[in-house]
Amino acid sequence: MTQAVITAEGLTRRFGDFVAVADVSFSIPKASIFGLLGPNGSGKSTIIRMLCGVLTPSAGSGTVMGIDVGKDPEAVKQHIGYMSQKFSLYSDLTVLENLDFYGRIYGLTGTRHKQRREAVVALTGIDPYMDRLAGDLSGGWKQRLALACAMIHEPKVLFLDEPTAGIDPVARRELWDLLFELSNQGVTMFVTTHYMDEAERCTSVGYIYLSRLVALGEPEELKANPIVTPQGSRRFAINCSKPTATLVKAKTLDSVRDVTLFGDTLHILVDDTLDPDELLTIIAPDDKKAAYHPADPSLEDVFVLLSRAEAEAQEKIT
Amino acid sequence: MNGFMAIFLKEFAHIRRERSTIVFAFVLPAFLLIVFGFAIDVTIENIPTVVLNLDGRMESRELIAALKNTETFEVIEDVQDLQSFHDALESGRAKTGVLIPVEYSERLLRSEQAYVQVLIDGSDSQVATTALNTVNLLTIDLSIRRARAFGEKLGIAPARSATGAVVLPIEARTRLLYNPDLESSHFFVPGLVAIILQLVLLFLTSTSIVRERELGTLEQIFVTPVSRGGLLLGKLLPYAIMAFGALMIVLTLMTTLFEVRINGSLVLLIFLSCLFILTALGLGLLISTIARAQVQAMQFAFMIMLPSVLLSGFMFPRSEMPMIIYLFSHLLPVTYFIEILRGIIIRGAELRALLPHVAGLVTCLVVVLTLSITRFRKQLD
Repeated sequence: MTQAVITAEGLTRRFGDFVAVADVSFSIPKASIFGLLGPNGSGKSTIIRMLCGVLTPSAGSGTVMGIDVGKDPEAVKQHIGYMSQKFSLYSDLTVLENLDFYGRIYGLTGTRHKQRREAVVALTGIDPYMDRLAGDLSGGWKQRLALACAMIHEPKVLFLDEPTAGIDPVARRELWDLLFELSNQGVTMFVTTHYMDEAERCTSVGYIYLSRLVALGEPEELKANPIVTPQGSRRFAINCSKPTATLVKAKTLDSVRDVTLFGDTLHILVDDTLDPDELLTIIAPDDKKAAYHPADPSLEDVFVLLSRAEAEAQEKIT
Repeated sequence: MNGFMAIFLKEFAHIRRERSTIVFAFVLPAFLLIVFGFAIDVTIENIPTVVLNLDGRMESRELIAALKNTETFEVIEDVQDLQSFHDALESGRAKTGVLIPVEYSERLLRSEQAYVQVLIDGSDSQVATTALNTVNLLTIDLSIRRARAFGEKLGIAPARSATGAVVLPIEARTRLLYNPDLESSHFFVPGLVAIILQLVLLFLTSTSIVRERELGTLEQIFVTPVSRGGLLLGKLLPYAIMAFGALMIVLTLMTTLFEVRINGSLVLLIFLSCLFILTALGLGLLISTIARAQVQAMQFAFMIMLPSVLLSGFMFPRSEMPMIIYLFSHLLPVTYFIEILRGIIIRGAELRALLPHVAGLVTCLVVVLTLSITRFRKQLD
């Protein structure tokens, strides 16, 4: 196992009585992409802000490249790049002016500054837009510019808070290709996202729910979690012609533990005593085309079930 | 001072793109100075007056001529009946009405006391007070003249000059210092320089920081290794430079357009102005540490501007204020700066004479800067 670049140990943040992040611990090895998922307001951005040294942890500790972010927040800043949720470059400055501003602010000068600018321009391919005002760029190009600015000082660690929110699928794919390239170059990345397909691409993922980290591990490990497919149950995917009607019927059955709809396909978790052929005749009686096959849980299944388990657990406490 | 140059240069790039900043910093001060410099004129002249002369003989015509000669009154209507007389006052066309009764000249000639009725519209207290005082002085003056003529006829006099002419027993020998022509612009324009400087600085600095907070760009700067000093200085210095430019513009306009001479030391004036610029920058910074949105910053700026205009002695003399408000006015840095400006510009005062005000300004500067700099953190909480 390579050395951990980012760690959190009981990391906690309170805002008055509200606990935004509760006792979160993880460790992220070098050159990996860590994906943090969770509903809005669950504490994802707060964790990133604490690790970037702009928010003091209320309890616990976090380190980035061995530096304690609570004790020496300024020392962390030279080593990290940060892309925030919302576009936070200067709309009234050109692409070049934005790049130069961040170059200068990280203390780059002379040839080193020029080299780094050329490197991030080559990485993001933003060359044709150098003289355009940043505010006039499309969503995808804005994100590329933000990435270029975040990478200008060649940081070893990159924090990306929902980098792909609100940009089109093609731009999204291209941005992820860039992230993989950076990962190949040895950059460690901490990404928050809402997209399950993005989570699947991460080296490891965490899922935060009601301020607590409820799941942590590689995507495959999480899918093997016993809470997701408990003993005595099986998962099937069902294709049928009237999926919505079938879904409603399936939900009424006691032996069906969980059912969700993915396009035309139902993902269903049932007691393994239940015969799937029999199930089909009950929930899709006249459907000749109805068919089933055993299925693995998706990451979404994992997170939905873990959230439910966590919510029940917290309810018991209160 | 890490990152100072980066922020400093960027700020000028913003200013270059955002023309309204330049207008706000340079055109608005000039405009305000011209408008307010001309508009604020407390010498009251040419009060519209209606006259109803029921007498019409020489003595009554002399009274009206004397009235006109004061230049305080301007006879706009010479009416013939009581109805029109009252109409002129009620409609507001005339602010003063002079009614000379039928037997006015008659009584004077018979050596009886003659009456003249003067109606004054009291709505505007300043106009009314001026009208009242002028009329009183005028009638006293006319009475004295008649008394003197009377005494001369009898060969008696309360006092005589060296040449033997009848004179008043007591004469006040007055001399107007510093502003002999009583030009109100000489009093107001220096104060206006202070008000304009504070207005420009307060709005520009507070919104420039709060705008970045609103846009999220401040958060992005916080995650960089820029030092707090570099960030603050880079953010504030461009506006200090612009304020200095604005100061030069208004001082030039003051000396040329309003012909207000700077009687004291220009170097001292500029040095103390720089202290005030720093204080106003500190106030702007303080606002930006409290306000979360630009609108809020503007509201705070107004909350500081309003007392600065009304209570600093810029408009109304501080010595006339109730004790509580007088004490409060010491909390406003602009109070001291206005005293300093008037001292140097009008009275040609030297540093020694201004020490109490300079001490007040420096105290404000230290308090405001300490408060704002310690409050401003490179943190989001």
